[in-house]
Amino acid sequence: MKRMGLFICHCGTNIADTVDVEKLAKKFESYPGIVFSTNYKYMCSHPGQALIADAIKEHDLDGVIVAACSPILHETTFRKLARQSGINPYQCEIANIREQCSWVHKDKEKATAKAEKIIKSIIEKTRLNEDLKPIEVDVTRKALVIGGGVAGIQAALDIADAGYPVLLVEKEPSIGGHMAQLSETFPTLDCSQCILTPKMVEAATHPNIELLAYSEVKSVDGYVGNFTVTIEEKATGIDWDICTGCGQCSEICPISVPSEFEKGLGNRPAIYTPFPQAVPNKPIIDSENCLEMKTGACGLCVRECEAEAINFNMEPTYREEEVGAIVVATGYELYPIMNLGEYGGGEIEDVIDGLAFERLLSSSGPTNGKIRRPSDGKLVKDIVFIQCAGSRDPEKHKPYCSRICCMYSTKQAMLYKHSVHDGQPYIFYIDIRSGGKGYEEFVERAQREDKVIYIRGKVSKLYRENGKVKIAGVDTIANKPIELEADLVVLAMAMIPTTGTEKLANVLKLQTDANGFLQETHPKLRPLESTTAGFYLAGCSQSPKDIPDTVSQASGAAAKVVGLFSGEYLQLEPTIATVDEELCSGCGICISVCPYSAREMDIGKGIAKVNEALCVGCGACVVACPSGATDQKNLTDEQISSMAKAILKGEKES
Amino acid sequence: MKEIIYYPGCTLKNTAKNFEDSAIACSEALDFKLHELKDWYCCGTVYSLTSDDLMHHIATVRNLLRVQEEGQERFTTLCSMCYNTLKRSSKRINENENDRETLNSFMDEEENNYEGKVDIIHYLQILRDEIGFDIIKEKVKRPLKNLKLAPYYGCLLLRPNEVAIDDPDSPSILEDLITAMGAEAVYFPFKNECCGAYETVAEVDLVVERAHNIIGNAKRNGADAILVSCPLCAFNLDNRQKEVLEKYPDFEGIPVLYFTQALALALGLDPDVCRFDLNYQPVEDLVRGIEQ
Amino acid sequence: MAFELSKESVQSDFIKKIEELSGEEISACYHCGKCSAGCPSAMAMDLLPNQIIRAIQLGDIETLKTSNTPWICASCVTCYVRCPRGIDLCSIMEAVRQMTLRTNKDHIDIKKYTGELASLPPIAVVSALRKMSS
Repeated sequence: MKRMGLFICHCGTNIADTVDVEKLAKKFESYPGIVFSTNYKYMCSHPGQALIADAIKEHDLDGVIVAACSPILHETTFRKLARQSGINPYQCEIANIREQCSWVHKDKEKATAKAEKIIKSIIEKTRLNEDLKPIEVDVTRKALVIGGGVAGIQAALDIADAGYPVLLVEKEPSIGGHMAQLSETFPTLDCSQCILTPKMVEAATHPNIELLAYSEVKSVDGYVGNFTVTIEEKATGIDWDICTGCGQCSEICPISVPSEFEKGLGNRPAIYTPFPQAVPNKPIIDSENCLEMKTGACGLCVRECEAEAINFNMEPTYREEEVGAIVVATGYELYPIMNLGEYGGGEIEDVIDGLAFERLLSSSGPTNGKIRRPSDGKLVKDIVFIQCAGSRDPEKHKPYCSRICCMYSTKQAMLYKHSVHDGQPYIFYIDIRSGGKGYEEFVERAQREDKVIYIRGKVSKLYRENGKVKIAGVDTIANKPIELEADLVVLAMAMIPTTGTEKLANVLKLQTDANGFLQETHPKLRPLESTTAGFYLAGCSQSPKDIPDTVSQASGAAAKVVGLFSGEYLQLEPTIATVDEELCSGCGICISVCPYSAREMDIGKGIAKVNEALCVGCGACVVACPSGATDQKNLTDEQISSMAKAILKGEKES
Repeated sequence: MKEIIYYPGCTLKNTAKNFEDSAIACSEALDFKLHELKDWYCCGTVYSLTSDDLMHHIATVRNLLRVQEEGQERFTTLCSMCYNTLKRSSKRINENENDRETLNSFMDEEENNYEGKVDIIHYLQILRDEIGFDIIKEKVKRPLKNLKLAPYYGCLLLRPNEVAIDDPDSPSILEDLITAMGAEAVYFPFKNECCGAYETVAEVDLVVERAHNIIGNAKRNGADAILVSCPLCAFNLDNRQKEVLEKYPDFEGIPVLYFTQALALALGLDPDVCRFDLNYQPVEDLVRGIEQ
Repeated sequence: MAFELSKESVQSDFIKKIEELSGEEISACYHCGKCSAGCPSAMAMDLLPNQIIRAIQLGDIETLKTSNTPWICASCVTCYVRCPRGIDLCSIMEAVRQMTLRTNKDHIDIKKYTGELASLPPIAVVSALRKMSS
């Protein structure tokens, strides 16, 4: 008979305030199979773990039940301890009496009774547990990084520097992302291009990185360590292998349309590189606006191109790649001004968003760094920044704080003042959130040195008046409605996931949160991992964040990938489906219900097998199997039934 | 010819007879007959905002019951105040069975119980959704060429969201009507700013300030006239120009028309249906300009 | 004079009464000020609309009683359609008015305006009476 030990954790007061842990520990001393039962303030702490290790030796335990928090948090911790103490780690189980009991209940008596049932059921499960060994699979030691903004670049470089090959896929014609559009960066005011472009070049030339610009991931199959991905290389209209990037085609092109990179404040031709420092520095043809492609009546660029690189008939190509891990760094965009009717709904030319203003500030921008208003090119003398435009507005827009706006608006006001000495910047804000190294000092500098006026209150309406933009706001410190006329209004629009994030998440089978950002496994303890194994998150695709945090997260995600690649094998959980070949009739129902393509027919034997590498132990096939041939290791039908019995014992039949 | 039950409300039989007469004439010209509700009651004028004040919805319910008794499930109105009060009350009463039961029991002298199915739409919604601005454009006989009109929505057609006939912060229904009539809709950011409403009784100066701001905004944007759809807005923006002038001696007046008066002119109807004698600011010059 | 803040004031029944009458959650307001910024009548008010909510949050009944703001508010609903937390401030103003009106204190004495009454649209007179008298 199994000799089991029960260890009940107080979790400080988290559990102990709601569940009578001492009473339970005492009560279970006489429970069949329990040879040792105790409780302790923090079971996960060093002394707590020592207590378990000692008990395993002293009482010769071969089963351990820790009644504590969710297994998501510390199952790994305690199983590792079990292994170190000489018992099979799969003989260690967690009874979750925190998330599923103490945190959600108030009545101590009832919560204690419920905790008792939870513990009983886990004891019954453990009683029938078998010794299991993790499944070992090979790993493809090559990473895919999706998104070539600063997050993707950093992750790719870190993985590549560790010696592993990386495929860096970017859907735009150039890497660089939004950071390439920025003028200078807070809180140090170093030029964004100056710090980013060397990294872009390094990514493009790194011997371990293959850069696929203007490409998109179309499908992903497989599992952690062994993914097969299909990537579309979109038709650029130009053979990049022979294009020299001389730029003659762009100069001769007669078309002029608003530039996406310049946020519509400048124009570009139909054959173009998005910006001069683009990497790769090769153009693409915008087929929607190209005269030749629309009417067949131009072809000027073809005549101009000495390398004969232009091919209007180019088709997209698809390639298949094997990778072991995937970093998703698809970034953000700004919530459209169109959605804010009270701020002109995007119809007032001199009301722009923060990224557009970056282009006005940039010395390589459409105004060469002169702060001119879009409507008539007049120099801006009064400028108003409005915070929380679409953020912190659960009623109509986005409920969350976009985190970077307070700082970048402060920076923009400061840079504006450095450019227009006699101009005046105002910032309407609700709260100034300057939590970051050197951030509060930066705000102080804007107030003291650059005399930026911060007005505590929200703006309710913007409209055109006297050739300016009229602002109807409030100062909740002065308790006065405020009106003023500005040449330019910059809205700190909410940051939202890049268009297409939801679609990509479906392709990759990743979860998104209520706001469409990619969901991490645990907000505190596993912030870099997606909820699907083998996928790691970096940058604003996970939540709004600034450059320092983005780069840190990217390096962290890279470290996770490198960690995965550095083991000899990848160890997978063995608690998966298993088939009794005698009972299986080969009906194939399991194959149709498996969401992970882990069940397949063994034609020779006429039965349905389990692919151990693909199976995650979700149990769908176990439930579906009509002949009872499929069972789940350490969660067998017998175990589930004895767990249910333990819970229901003593309940009145109703 | 299509028909719909029409609820006039008190003011359209009084100071805003010009609104009613022009609207009836327009709808007939557009093959859409307004059929006045029998035995209608005052709507209550303002929607009661306190949760326990059910009694103040009784006027609404009696009107809804009259519509029900005529075998109809919808009706229309012109006055924005009536629209807003009737719409909000009917939403509450239609969606809340308990409230409906309570009110039905208050009205035990009524033969029938109100069943909670009657809905109200504004006249502008008929023009947009049932007749269509393209049809109206076809029926325009005297396009209001060279006329720049400021579309004034006020509050009650747009707020709150749940009764709004258009986007509360960027509506376009009046602009679209103006364009269909052949006139130009001027940029008018104050189109949804409150005129001061009933504060005109006791806080005249407040209303004078509001009118001065709103009219000023319309004029600075080049308007020749302001179009309204509410008799109280009309009073505050038109009649109160007298007090505005007293306070601001260099103030220049501007005609204020019900949208139906402008529509009647555009449809080529006899200007007499517009009852311009009831407008405070003279409209004659404007009308003459169109006729030429 | 300082307002004496205490748990009695911030947990007072008065706040609960306002919440009950208005159907609104007073604690939802984070004082962004958008209501005050957009209020067309703010210039005539002695307290800004968000200050009224503040007074209720703190249980500062005296400040509320003496303010003209609830009486200037014409329920134009601009605040509510723009409020990021979806608070119907007009209903809160009505609740504050009702707290006075229900003690049989009228805010308006219609007899004072008899001279002009006849020329006013009926809807103006009826709604003013509805909003400002008991």
